[in-house]
Amino acid sequence: MSADWETIVGLEVHAHLKTRTKMFCRCELEYGAAENTRTCPVCLAHPGALPVANGRAIEHTIKLGLALDCEIASSAVFARKNYFYPDLPKGYQISQYEAPLCGPGRLVVPTADGDEVVRIVRAHLEEDAAKTVHAGGATGRSVGADYSLVDFNRGGTPLLEIVSEPDLRSSEAALRFLRLLRQTIVELGVSDAEMEKGTMRADVNVSVRKRGEEGYRPRWELKNMNSFTFIGRGIEAAVREQIAAYERGETIEQSTYDYDPDTDKLTVHRSKEEADDYRYFPEPDLVPVEPPAELVERLRAEVPEPPGARIRRHEHSLGFDVAYALVTTERDRLYASLVDEGVPPGSSAKWVMNDFAATGQRPEDVKVHEMALVLKAGNLTRDALTLATAASASSGFSAADYTNRTAVSDASELGPAIDAVLAANPQQVETYRGGKEGVLGFLVGQVMKETQGKADAKVVNALLREKLAQDV
Amino acid sequence: MANIDREQLLHVARLARLELREDEVERLGAQLNDILAAVSKVSELDLSDVPPTSHPLDVVNVWAADEPHASLPVEEALANAPEREGSFFKVPPGGSA
Amino acid sequence: MIDTLRLTAEEAVRLLREKEVSGAELYAAYRAAIDERDPELHCYLHVCEDDGGEGIPIAIKDVIGTRGIPTTAGSKILEHYVPVYDATVIERCKAHGLRVLGKTNTDEFAMGSSTENSAYGPSRNPWDPTRVPGGSGGGSAAAVSAGLAPWALGSDTGGSIKQPSALCGNVGLRPTYGTVSRYGAIAFASSLDQIGPVARNVRDCALLYSIIAGRDPADSTTVELPSAIELPDGEDLKGLRVGVPREFNEHEAIEPGVREAVQRAIELCSELGAEVGDCSLPHSVEYGMPCYYLIAPAEASSNLARYDGVRFGYRSRSGSDRLEMYERTRDEGFGEEPKRRIMIGTYALSAGYYDAYYGQAQKVRTVLAREHAAAFERFDVLISPTSPTVAFKLGSRAENPLAMYLSDLLTIPSCMAGLPGLNVPCGLSEGLPVGLQLIGPQFSENTLFRMGYALETAIGFDPVPARLST
Repeated sequence: MSADWETIVGLEVHAHLKTRTKMFCRCELEYGAAENTRTCPVCLAHPGALPVANGRAIEHTIKLGLALDCEIASSAVFARKNYFYPDLPKGYQISQYEAPLCGPGRLVVPTADGDEVVRIVRAHLEEDAAKTVHAGGATGRSVGADYSLVDFNRGGTPLLEIVSEPDLRSSEAALRFLRLLRQTIVELGVSDAEMEKGTMRADVNVSVRKRGEEGYRPRWELKNMNSFTFIGRGIEAAVREQIAAYERGETIEQSTYDYDPDTDKLTVHRSKEEADDYRYFPEPDLVPVEPPAELVERLRAEVPEPPGARIRRHEHSLGFDVAYALVTTERDRLYASLVDEGVPPGSSAKWVMNDFAATGQRPEDVKVHEMALVLKAGNLTRDALTLATAASASSGFSAADYTNRTAVSDASELGPAIDAVLAANPQQVETYRGGKEGVLGFLVGQVMKETQGKADAKVVNALLREKLAQDV
Repeated sequence: MANIDREQLLHVARLARLELREDEVERLGAQLNDILAAVSKVSELDLSDVPPTSHPLDVVNVWAADEPHASLPVEEALANAPEREGSFFKVPPGGSA
Repeated sequence: MIDTLRLTAEEAVRLLREKEVSGAELYAAYRAAIDERDPELHCYLHVCEDDGGEGIPIAIKDVIGTRGIPTTAGSKILEHYVPVYDATVIERCKAHGLRVLGKTNTDEFAMGSSTENSAYGPSRNPWDPTRVPGGSGGGSAAAVSAGLAPWALGSDTGGSIKQPSALCGNVGLRPTYGTVSRYGAIAFASSLDQIGPVARNVRDCALLYSIIAGRDPADSTTVELPSAIELPDGEDLKGLRVGVPREFNEHEAIEPGVREAVQRAIELCSELGAEVGDCSLPHSVEYGMPCYYLIAPAEASSNLARYDGVRFGYRSRSGSDRLEMYERTRDEGFGEEPKRRIMIGTYALSAGYYDAYYGQAQKVRTVLAREHAAAFERFDVLISPTSPTVAFKLGSRAENPLAMYLSDLLTIPSCMAGLPGLNVPCGLSEGLPVGLQLIGPQFSENTLFRMGYALETAIGFDPVPARLST
């Protein structure tokens, strides 16, 4: 990209909140339930039905706001956003407009070159729409379909909307932000935030401007993106196409685009229509939410140290890259608990990121105290370490089963094995004595094999050298 | 105050998803302008210091515990459906609604 | 022989309790009355069969949802709609043993002052069938006055309980906003709608109110009553301070006959021991109507968006795509008045107009609430006519929406402030009932019942329409 141009990205993230019931009725949420089996007069918008807010969803939203340093509203008001669509049974969505539950805040994204501060405009609470399936047509898209089928199970799911300022300056920065935001949300326990499952999605707003230019140019909106990869590529495609358009002398209009991953191109989502007039007004069927101070403080105490802060904290002992990897792969708590048990930071990090990571087990399942004993024991055979790592999450895991498998380093114990290997490999012995020391590795390996891995490799190496130097 | 012309009327009708017949456009247009003239009276008062009333009662913080109730049996959910396919509600296709 | 024209609910309770009458006999008596008089009066859209219960029957305005019983809101768009759930007020009635006698006629979606906006034809005033029974709850009021139900439930947004009660000569209460659940009641204007009792006398009205009132977890805008409802029994008004707001009592729209009847009632208040005084609510009448006819349609335009042919109700078959289906369903399914109000409401909320219309109206609402509150520092109850006129002729205002809206001139202001209002008949003018409106502060129903009962006793108004009294 020409150095003249600057990328501007803002994100609106939607996350399904982790609650048992819907936002405005108590239908039980169940992923994959048979169609229209999780509905009631309220979420079907039958005549006369009225909404009742989900208290847990309100608490989750406040917690998220606290984690993002947001101002928690003294009086939050639900509002109706009016428009027509089959998946919106009331003909309006209950959301928040002028008075959201969480006001301005920020998410600090640590990088090796300093912090990227992404300002949060607001976070608010609303309900998700139902699901429309377009049937009969070729592509499964709405245009060209013969008819549509509607399933109201999902309709009314509590939805958290987090809006960022357009502070992101590249697709990589956008993804860093999104990953850290996602992790923050998941660690709070307020949402599973999984893109593939549809419990998190993002609208991505992209524009460009010349470096040094003030203000923002019209933006393109990529709606309902649910893949990190496609978000990155979509941003880059938008930037590319906008710059090309500007350099051709064209203008860019604010509109909604679809990103096609197969062609890596953007197409306008719908022909330019009158902008939607949502006619927001305060929801008369619900009363304001004025979070009492005790509630906010109780929730604040439940907010764990955010991932960004933990990265900076561990950076001191581990350097940025390792700290970043540990925290963003959600293994830093395991690391920290091993360090608390006396395992040196370097070894702890190395074990977590290499040996433990390879097992695919969950960090929270590790029997930390026992594993720390194993790691502190030192001079374990490679085998023993691998076996212990594999068993570290099992019930009944005991360090003692492994720490007694120290590598054999006693020369007299290893003598017979070394003699046997040298006798069995005269060719390599010759090669070694002829000056090619590299073959020593092969001989060490043979001794390891001979001793079923129980030998201490370093000691074997030294003993072999000694032996080979002697019997000339 | 404002007078609704035909174009605005049709715009409002589209926002409200009402396909007005031509005779309705004329009749409603005239009536709406009369009503608008009458209700515009509210603008006579200087209320810059007056807060709006959204709720007649001073009630806040009403919400429910996150405990499930029984959902409708699927046949009841679909009982009044004008058109259905299996347990889905069926509607004509369209890009927007 | 049960005389349904004169039987009060309280008396019916006694008859049933003392087994002088059986549940079946009681029900049959009302059915017989309905069979005889409803073909002319058209109070009912649906009459239910006796379900074999033992309790008092009750008529229900057809905007209140009744499980398994067709509920149309007086509209074609809900012509075949049968709710799968009961409104909370219905559940409470049933818990007290009451039985739904039938669904009564209403202006479409409760929008109107005469029931002439019902898609199923108007109801007629039992005092004079060439005249309207009032609206939107004309069916309920006419049914009670004509002895076709011992009592009924109605709904009031800008006067839809009080005004029909005034025109039909019975007692109707618009409760304090938030004291009766709206869950299951088809919404017109959410911040104004209230379900309330319609009855032959004040004690029955109070009894029915006590059955339905109280906080409902399914309606977030409801609250507990601060104190229990008392059935009134006092015949004087000693210690009561009664205010006569000038603007409500001297308006030029008030007919002379109405004015005289109300004047006599005010004098009676003094005779019964009340302290009566003048007061002024300078903006409430003049700005009440414009305020209401902005806020109510705005909320209605949103509440009626769910009638789209997708999940229930009428669906137009002539369109080829979804947009046509939506637009034709709604244009064909809704009558003129809902369409008018949807259009006004949509406009009042639309971009560029919100502040001047809806936003400004919400501020006017604050002014109205403050004026009433100020008056209630000096008075316990405000008194006025309920309706500026007696029942008008069918068809005489149907072509002129603004003329029709004037019917609510005096009922609207207190509705905007969420205040309760009781209509008590106070006499006749040209042979037609005149209604007295008693307005109190929030939660003052017991005071209103006390005052209404004392006046009712002193006035001795015969609620049986003269032409039905043989």
